[in-house]
Amino acid sequence: MDLLVTYDVETTTPAGQRRLRKVAKICEGYGHRVQKSVFEVVCRDADKVKLVAAIEAVIDPARDSVRIYRLPAMALDDVEHLGRPRAMDPRGPFVI
Amino acid sequence: MTELLNTLYIQTPGTSLHLDGDTVRAFHPDDDADAKPRRVPLVRIDHLVAFGGVNVSQELQLRCAADGRSVTYLTSNGRFRMRTVGPATGNPLLRQAQHRAADDPAHRLAISVAMIAGKIHNSRQVLLRTARDSSGFRQTALRASAELIAGRLELLRTADSTGEVFGVEGITARDYFAALPHLVTQAKEWKVAGRSKRPPTDPVNCLLSFLYGMLRGAVHGALEQVGLDPYIGFLHGVRAGKPALALDLMEEFRPLLADRLAFTLLNRRELGIKDFDHLPNGAYQLTDDGRKKVFTAWQQSRQRTWPHAYLGREVEAALLPLVQARLLARHLRGELAAYQPWMVN
Repeated sequence: MDLLVTYDVETTTPAGQRRLRKVAKICEGYGHRVQKSVFEVVCRDADKVKLVAAIEAVIDPARDSVRIYRLPAMALDDVEHLGRPRAMDPRGPFVI
Repeated sequence: MTELLNTLYIQTPGTSLHLDGDTVRAFHPDDDADAKPRRVPLVRIDHLVAFGGVNVSQELQLRCAADGRSVTYLTSNGRFRMRTVGPATGNPLLRQAQHRAADDPAHRLAISVAMIAGKIHNSRQVLLRTARDSSGFRQTALRASAELIAGRLELLRTADSTGEVFGVEGITARDYFAALPHLVTQAKEWKVAGRSKRPPTDPVNCLLSFLYGMLRGAVHGALEQVGLDPYIGFLHGVRAGKPALALDLMEEFRPLLADRLAFTLLNRRELGIKDFDHLPNGAYQLTDDGRKKVFTAWQQSRQRTWPHAYLGREVEAALLPLVQARLLARHLRGELAAYQPWMVN
């Protein structure tokens, strides 16, 4: 399934900055960073459950906000992009 | 819809891969210092393929082993060198059944005949499909070859040893590769003259050998996933270090999954003569650029679906080796009376 993950983590305190880094780290494990706090994720159902659980364990519900949009199938293959190019195609072949 | 996992291919020599959280981070000394690190999430990868000169950190190898993700090491030319996997899983009873079947000449013969019948059928499909898109002399020649190959199925019916099955396979392969000049347009330019290997002495054969290497990796992985022993074969004899069952099961996939892709790449001019290096010993080798093109095409071809005559539905190319490995396992466990090779209709 295709997901779009966006987050807002309050970074006014050192603890907040730590949470931000942790949330970013978790998201990197599932998808590609397309903007500062926006990730595109292609994953299986079970992975989404894990992703949600991992984020829930890290954030402070009173201060932070994370939104996970479930997109229609293959929606990430049809994205209009302006400006700096996207690093990697979410479903494309991985060749380095 | 099942989300197909990807294989990560790392081919730039000097690249090192590291485990970074739940991602693979690729580093190359020539990378721009300010550039963002290249990361790939591990959950999206089910297999890592490292070519010559690529370093995989031990941390990453251990993590891959723990997750049941295999890491394959190939030479820069695509020859298999090593593969690391985690603890053996699967069903000992299945492996026992496999070994018993491999010891029983009649059972070996039955499975070998089915696999080679699948290969002959699919080779014929390659010829017929190409004939459909061509005309004139070429079409006639391709149809004649297809007819010739169809006749070989009769020989298979009367074969009474795996040696004979090998013989039929050999004759059919010769007939099939004799049609190579008609399967590849601009055959003269590509210097096509039948099949050559170790080393391949023309670009077409170089491409075929390379794709067979990729296919072999896929089949080998599928067998391991199902819990079969890739080294105990039915048609190919057992020899130290030779993945005989992987070579057996590969036969039915060669024509449509590898050969046809090679012909398409050459005929559509997606690969040019510049994508091959001609070595002093007469061998041809893909350049870094050419190899990248082949991976991309291979990876894309794995997404397309093929009809499966026995299952009566469409199956993604990436899943075909797994589907066939499962059918073989079911047959060995006695749930299916005969092994059913993959055939398109």
